[in-house]
Amino acid sequence: MTMDAHELHELPETVIFDGREAMKGYPLNKMCYSFNRADAREDFRRDPEAYMTRFGLTEKQKAAVRARNVAQLIEVGGNIYYLAKLAGIFGLGVQDLGAQQTGMTVEAFKDMLKKQGE
Amino acid sequence: MARIIGGLTSSHIPAVGAAYAKKQFEDPYWKPFFEGYPPVHKWLAEQKPDVAVVFYNDHGLNFFLDKMPTFAIGAAFEYENQDEGWGIPALGKFRGYPELSWRIIDGVVADGFDVCSCQEMAVDHGFSVPVQLFWGDQTKNPIKTIPICVNTVQHPVPTPMRCYRFGQAIGRAISAFPGNEKVVILGTGGMSHQLDGKRAGFINKKFDLMCMEKIVDDPEELAKISTADLIQEAGAQGLEFILWLAMRGCLTGKVTRLHQNYHIPISNTAAGTLLLANAA
Repeated sequence: MTMDAHELHELPETVIFDGREAMKGYPLNKMCYSFNRADAREDFRRDPEAYMTRFGLTEKQKAAVRARNVAQLIEVGGNIYYLAKLAGIFGLGVQDLGAQQTGMTVEAFKDMLKKQGE
Repeated sequence: MARIIGGLTSSHIPAVGAAYAKKQFEDPYWKPFFEGYPPVHKWLAEQKPDVAVVFYNDHGLNFFLDKMPTFAIGAAFEYENQDEGWGIPALGKFRGYPELSWRIIDGVVADGFDVCSCQEMAVDHGFSVPVQLFWGDQTKNPIKTIPICVNTVQHPVPTPMRCYRFGQAIGRAISAFPGNEKVVILGTGGMSHQLDGKRAGFINKKFDLMCMEKIVDDPEELAKISTADLIQEAGAQGLEFILWLAMRGCLTGKVTRLHQNYHIPISNTAAGTLLLANAA
């Protein structure tokens, strides 16, 4: 294999979800984990502010949830696997998340994926 | 003694579960993916394995960040695929084989891998999608399964070489099990993809195809890659390739490739399917 050696925390455009991120994001990720349950999703939909407060989200985390902004959610310690459950409540799939993070339209993002197979 | 007759790989993309439920096998988007499976079905029908040992990663169904085991081995009579929160149909129960699970747990701990044993364990799409793709409906004549969960969610994750060695220890433990069972090993997930950050949508065909070659004949060399280099080449979630290396470690005999399929994209991901035979 010919490739350059990389260090985990020097990878481009990639947040490594490690202990530091895990500490920062714990309340947010714990809330997202609760969305495995249908009744929890319903509670959140009914009153998102109360639901976020119940899990102890910080003001920055609450703002990122309100904005439905993936880059911000990652910035405040969100883990993508748990965030996917929150995104599901908003009706957003992984292509929507990809489009949002790369600043493309969803169609352009899907085209970009397809072109990599050619 | 139990015999490991082969290894299979498959992506475990959740969208596949949804497409399977809708039977979109002939749909132009899905066809190049689903047509990678019938040759494996034919081989499975001929070989009739009794047990499937499945390496996967939990994506936040059974495990949360409160307790995150590096290696967790299912030791239950059954495993339930439950609601994951975003809409793919839950498939219900999968059959376990705790007698063999405990033989594996005993073996790997004696070999220096201090695993978490789980007598209750919900299994997510990482496990259920590949089992459904290879064996179909599990409500009738289900195959016995042993889910083995590897942490790919929170760093530090086990190194590629550690996963390969873990597979070797499992291979030895299975081969020492006093039964006549035929066992297949599944490496699930991958191939290259990244969901998060500005690099979302990253796919690396050249690297994937190299991995599909080397995993057959030179896994020891392939497993030397560092975690950081694997993320650089395969993407943050393409890291799941360590699950393939764990599978390959279990195959200690003469390994030959019987079938291969590779397709870009399914969802945000490059999908790779392999059928490897393991001769004693």
